[in-house]
Amino acid sequence: MSDSKDEILGRVRNALKNVPENEHPEDVSVSRAYLQEGSLTGQKLVSLFARRTGEYKAKVRRIKKEELKSTISVACREQEVKRLVIPPGFPPEWLPDSVEPVHDKPEEPLTHQELDESDGVITTCALAIAQTGSIILDAGEGQGRRALTLLPDYHLCIVREDQVVELVPEAFVHFDQQIKEEGSPMTFISGPSATSDIELNRVEGVHGPRRLEVFIVGS
Amino acid sequence: MKKKNSKKSSPTFQESAKAYLENTQLRRNIGHATHTIRDKRKQAVDEMPDWEDLREAGSNIKQRVMRHMDKYLLQLEESVQQAGGVVHWAKDAKEANRIIVDLVKEQQVEEVVKVKSITTDEIKLNKALADEGVQALETDLAELIVQLAEDEPSHILVPAIHKNRAEIRELFKKKLEKAELSDRPEDLAEAARLYLRKKFLSAKVGISGGNFAVAETGTISVVESEGNGRMCTTLPDTLITVMGIEKLIPTWRDFEVFMQLLPRSATAERMNPYNSFWTGVTQGDGPQEFHLVLLDNGRTNVLADEVGRQTLNCIRCSACLNVCPVYERTGGHAYNSVYPGPIGAILTPQLKGLKDDGVASLPYASSLCGACYEVCPVKINIPEVLVHLRGKIVDEKKRKGGFKAKLDEEHIGMKLMARTFKKRSRYERAQRWARVGQGLFEKNGTISKLPGELSGWTAMRDIKPIPDQTFREWWRSRDE
Amino acid sequence: MQISLFITCFNDTLFPETGKATVQLLERLGHTVEFPMEQTCCGQMHYNTGYQEEAIPLVRKFVEVFGDAEAIVAPSASCVAMVHEFYHKVAERARDEQLAKRVEEVTPRVFELSQFLVDELGVEDVGAYYPHRVTYHPTCHSLRMLEVGDAPLTLLRNVRGIDLVELPAAEECCGFGGTFAIKNADTSMAMLGDKIRHIKDTEAEVCIAADNSCLMHIGGALQRQRGGVKTVHLAEILASTEEN
Repeated sequence: MSDSKDEILGRVRNALKNVPENEHPEDVSVSRAYLQEGSLTGQKLVSLFARRTGEYKAKVRRIKKEELKSTISVACREQEVKRLVIPPGFPPEWLPDSVEPVHDKPEEPLTHQELDESDGVITTCALAIAQTGSIILDAGEGQGRRALTLLPDYHLCIVREDQVVELVPEAFVHFDQQIKEEGSPMTFISGPSATSDIELNRVEGVHGPRRLEVFIVGS
Repeated sequence: MKKKNSKKSSPTFQESAKAYLENTQLRRNIGHATHTIRDKRKQAVDEMPDWEDLREAGSNIKQRVMRHMDKYLLQLEESVQQAGGVVHWAKDAKEANRIIVDLVKEQQVEEVVKVKSITTDEIKLNKALADEGVQALETDLAELIVQLAEDEPSHILVPAIHKNRAEIRELFKKKLEKAELSDRPEDLAEAARLYLRKKFLSAKVGISGGNFAVAETGTISVVESEGNGRMCTTLPDTLITVMGIEKLIPTWRDFEVFMQLLPRSATAERMNPYNSFWTGVTQGDGPQEFHLVLLDNGRTNVLADEVGRQTLNCIRCSACLNVCPVYERTGGHAYNSVYPGPIGAILTPQLKGLKDDGVASLPYASSLCGACYEVCPVKINIPEVLVHLRGKIVDEKKRKGGFKAKLDEEHIGMKLMARTFKKRSRYERAQRWARVGQGLFEKNGTISKLPGELSGWTAMRDIKPIPDQTFREWWRSRDE
Repeated sequence: MQISLFITCFNDTLFPETGKATVQLLERLGHTVEFPMEQTCCGQMHYNTGYQEEAIPLVRKFVEVFGDAEAIVAPSASCVAMVHEFYHKVAERARDEQLAKRVEEVTPRVFELSQFLVDELGVEDVGAYYPHRVTYHPTCHSLRMLEVGDAPLTLLRNVRGIDLVELPAAEECCGFGGTFAIKNADTSMAMLGDKIRHIKDTEAEVCIAADNSCLMHIGGALQRQRGGVKTVHLAEILASTEEN
């Protein structure tokens, strides 16, 4: 196996004979003239996020923190969700009595079958991008491992207004240290799962959750 | 028509294209599809004020990677290992398949789930697995369609672009054993969802490609829409990712460039529905065994060509296919390669070498209109590489061709004309002779039929005969 | 200004009217035109087909013939693009630094006609008269390689009496592509078929372009179909006046 490694590296080096030996990767200049920070703040920023997320066929509600419990109850009733998967660290005070919580515990994780049989999942998120209408999960507290937001057919995601950044580069900068130190698995979600494979007609809902609902919570 | 050099040669582009051009169904499907994505891409790109800056950055980053690939590969290996993954190196398709087959057999499974990966198509992994009794199940809707139809993908991004809904319905009814099925895309997608869900839940091994690998952190990413990518990279106990050595990017932050360039160029979305990024193994979350297979399979040959090297910048977005006037009319199968379209016309010959007549016909499958270069998110100058490869093909023909190549119509014509243009006196004489010679073909002031290779021209077009006076003759007479 | 006309072998032999029109136009605008008789071919066909060694003497010849000219103007976007895009590569291939230097010197002085008029001379109205319904096909090399932009359309819009209609899918290649039209004749014809359909949809009498090569391709099919649409080079439109 290491033979192949040596051979490939040898071929690479041979192919790069024209690159001066004292050249370092950083010597190849990279122009970074693209926008790295957005200009929107406050409600304009949050509104952009709400609009773009909605354009990707996610259902978006903007609510206040104190309305969380009641709105979760309404949403689950509308979606006919009873058995709701709850990730570790999700604030229990937000959960209405009307749902039947199915807790995923690190010491006692739900099986894929159990997740598949649930009606939906509720999570918080790590960050959101307004420009692209994306929510970002880093498998942290309140989000849980990746399978939780994948197998249930309905995903309800809670985004705090102060978690919204405007541009894609801002999001990657945000996680830079975390990836280096913890290597958290990251998932970017922009709308429900979709396909355009048949005559390029967009169909929402293939393998991931077919319904995505996002609550944007103001303080 | 020229005879082929050896039996092993694949058909030339022009031979294959002829059949596809006559297939009206295919032409309609591909024409509709490419125009739709083309227009959408334009919208998605036009709303970005810094698009050109992003392209420049993307091209710069990839250039940096290419010029220092050895360092980045070693760095990637180390970071993946540190994150709990295992790295394998494969010189060629055979070795990659051997590694993967062995890993799969270790798990004692008969079925693996796969997320769409052209790299695995390139090495014919499914066949290698099948030969050892393992079924590789394609889970991307289009790939599933292609697999069930025992067909070949015709587009990088939407591999079943050549099939319409009626054809897909018939296929699903038969292969998924559905007695009743409408041809609504929603219902067809639902049928695939139900069929594959069972498979996902029980899969022990997942196989994926990778869109990018970060040397600095060992993070791999898969960009997708349907969620099958998340399924394959999250649910199984073991994940095997096979990736070309050129898919490197130096740092995590470089994603900020590529995660803008790729979705807008590929599916014309601001962001595709799902992007997964994983770094080795995470305890209690996802596969607990992760293998990364780094594949050369000709890539170092591409790297060695200073003009061709930029081809490795490619992030497989397929924007060049969607704007290509040739691809639009012939479809992907005419290229006889897993990499079709303009990018395929430069990548395939460089990966496979120029000996095969079929492969060597690919760089000529372009009118050099330049639409591909204009949309390429990493600024691959495809026309430049096409012309460069044509030069290599002719040089090779001259070197090896001997007597036969010297009798080639094109060769004789080109040589003769080059000689003519070298000297004004010869050139002017040739102008006069051409005027006399055309008398053989001219009829009522028009040429409608020419012999040999030139007959292709007159099949559809007339030629006006050469006028009685050249410009230079007029100029001279004007001076007098 | 003293302008050296780079006629191109194609126009010289097959489309002398375009050359005459270019001369008339530039002289009408008050410039002196010279025509270096030693010029032959820019080498594009050879280079693009892969006969790149054969292009070397032609590049040498070009810099010899035009080396000292103040401005070199051609009624052909594609031959000018050859000079701009590929001449330095030919010099590189020849491993001739002297040639590379001369190519570098001469290239900025080589212009396509419409680009020269609008961007160099700042002329947008050349005083032309052409009372016909026309459409303009932007050839690939003018559009994407030379990036002449709106220069041809700017000039056409100022032609008196003209009825300029937009060509649908104008930016799509007509399928010529030099030897592509012969090597991949079937695909080329499929592309041409669509271009012809779009041209006919405009109901124009005349299809205009900045390259006679593409026009010969398009015109050949229009003529075969007896479509009633003529192809005319941009220079000839711009040279027309009420007197001729």
